[in-house]
Amino acid sequence: MLHIPCPWCGARDQQEFSYGGEAHIARPENPAGASDEAWADYLFMRANTKGVFLERWRHVHGCGRWFNAVRDTVSHAILAVYAMGERPPAELDTGSKRVSG
Amino acid sequence: MKRYSIFSLARNALSRHEDWPAAWRSPEPKTAYDAIIVGGGGHGLATAYYLAKEHGLKNIAVLEKGWLGGGNTGRNTTIVRSNYLWDESAAIYEHALKLWEGLSQELNYNTMFSQRGVMNLAHNLHDLRELNRRVNAIRLNGIDSEILTPRQVKEFCPIVDISPDLRFPVMGASLQRRGGNARHDAVAWGYARAADARGVDIIQTCEVTGILREGDRVIGVETTRGTIRAPKIGVVVAGHASVLAAMAGLRLPIQSHPLQALVSEPIKPVIDTVVMSNAVHGYVSQSDKGELVIGAGIDAYHSYAQRGSLDIIEENVKAICELFPIFRRLRLMRHWAGIVDTSPDASPIIGKTPVRGLYLNCGWGTGGFKATPGSGHVFAHTIARDEPHPIAAPFALDRFATGALIDEHGAAAVAH
Ligand SMILES: Cc1cc2nc3c(=O)[nH]c(=O)nc-3n(C[C@H](O)[C@H](O)[C@H](O)COP(=O)(O)OP(=O)(O)OC[C@H]3O[C@@H](n4cnc5c(N)ncnc54)[C@H](O)[C@@H]3O)c2cc1C
Ligand SMILES: [Zn+2]
Repeated sequence: MLHIPCPWCGARDQQEFSYGGEAHIARPENPAGASDEAWADYLFMRANTKGVFLERWRHVHGCGRWFNAVRDTVSHAILAVYAMGERPPAELDTGSKRVSG
Repeated sequence: MKRYSIFSLARNALSRHEDWPAAWRSPEPKTAYDAIIVGGGGHGLATAYYLAKEHGLKNIAVLEKGWLGGGNTGRNTTIVRSNYLWDESAAIYEHALKLWEGLSQELNYNTMFSQRGVMNLAHNLHDLRELNRRVNAIRLNGIDSEILTPRQVKEFCPIVDISPDLRFPVMGASLQRRGGNARHDAVAWGYARAADARGVDIIQTCEVTGILREGDRVIGVETTRGTIRAPKIGVVVAGHASVLAAMAGLRLPIQSHPLQALVSEPIKPVIDTVVMSNAVHGYVSQSDKGELVIGAGIDAYHSYAQRGSLDIIEENVKAICELFPIFRRLRLMRHWAGIVDTSPDASPIIGKTPVRGLYLNCGWGTGGFKATPGSGHVFAHTIARDEPHPIAAPFALDRFATGALIDEHGAAAVAH
């Protein structure tokens, strides 16, 4: 069971959270003009990183808020949490190609 | 290959079973092959077997980073069925089921394929309508499937509780009588032995660490046992698909999740079929050793850790104990997870990639064991002819851009 530190409520059991998948995926700037490939990339293609991964969680059964986390997908260690719209601590920033909220 | 038979069994009994030959060789890797299959699970080994048998390729290697079947093949709960909704899925899963029906003979290896039936329960009106729709679609594809009333469910599997005051009462079920189970390891070992007999080099503890390209085509792989060259490379690594694709500069619509399962202590035969329930997220069958084999849905988060969280097991066991009150006092013996490669439409990805000579077979997620023979068969064709087998064609990677998705979440999300 993961023990997840909500930035607002502190550490809680994973059961209080829902998972939001990969973080920092930006919607195409000009949706009407985006090609099928650009849409496929936005909707479906994922880094699915083995190792240090930037992802989103929502504290559904607590404060209800979204936040980002840096988690190692091999050890399950949570290395940092940070607010939506921010970047992770520089030393953990794996530099996703597409930056947004 | 020394054939297994009643006579070889008797002969070897005389020498106290000490002289059985190894089932396959363990050669050193050569520096080059005509085709390399990355991943020694059931799908990879089946691919190599059909490449050698049906397409006359002589110089083939299977590279496996661990041991044969040590990935999801050896971790799965072995449900085999072909009752999927869409025509494309019906074609590939039924192709596989037909191959299963002759597989032990074909491989001269007992895969312990047992057509004990697979029953899917309905717990509310929506479930029931959905099952009816599905059964009709499946029958239109010429595949056996039928609807059972609660009473017929009870007759078919007497230990199911069908009392109407349950939290999730049983309102009916669908049944595919040709579905069932097989022995997971035996499938990997049987294909390995038969492929080896046709000259395929099966190389374990050989991890692929890089994919070598020259321009837009693939020319070989880097491995922990040196560089190996080949003009054709088939990647069949399940949960590690994205990792291998990244080595070739590709992104995939795949997300890797833990999928857990567990077994009880062994008991006398008590359930002679497979029972699944999507609504309560649980399914159960009984192994020949007597253990109940119980499984659930995936853990929500991404992982490569081959372990999941306990809440999944708790929910799962709760549901199973409600459906089968007789199981309440059993102890659990082992529990584990595999890393499954889920795709956006719960259907596999099979075919060519933008890199010439590089072929991909992944995205089977929670339900690819049943497809092992069919998947290997159509993938071998795709690799040998550099053009998708007609059954594999709809499962191409470009469907995520064209929009021609094959949405099987109803058939494959919780049910495996
Ligand atoms: C708990 C659980 C229950 C399941 N239940 C069912 C079920 O009831 N019915 C069903 O149909 N399906 C089920 N599945 C799904 C099924 O197990 C898989 O879809 C199927 O076995 C995939 O087979 P495979 O040969 O592609 O993968 P695997 O058996 O995982 O083989 C892939 C191999 O690739 C190797 N590999 C990875 N990276 C590298 C590398 N870099 N170099 C070399 N080798 C590498 C791995 O070590 C592994 O052995 C279940 C899965 C799990 C985890
Ligand atoms: Zn909170």
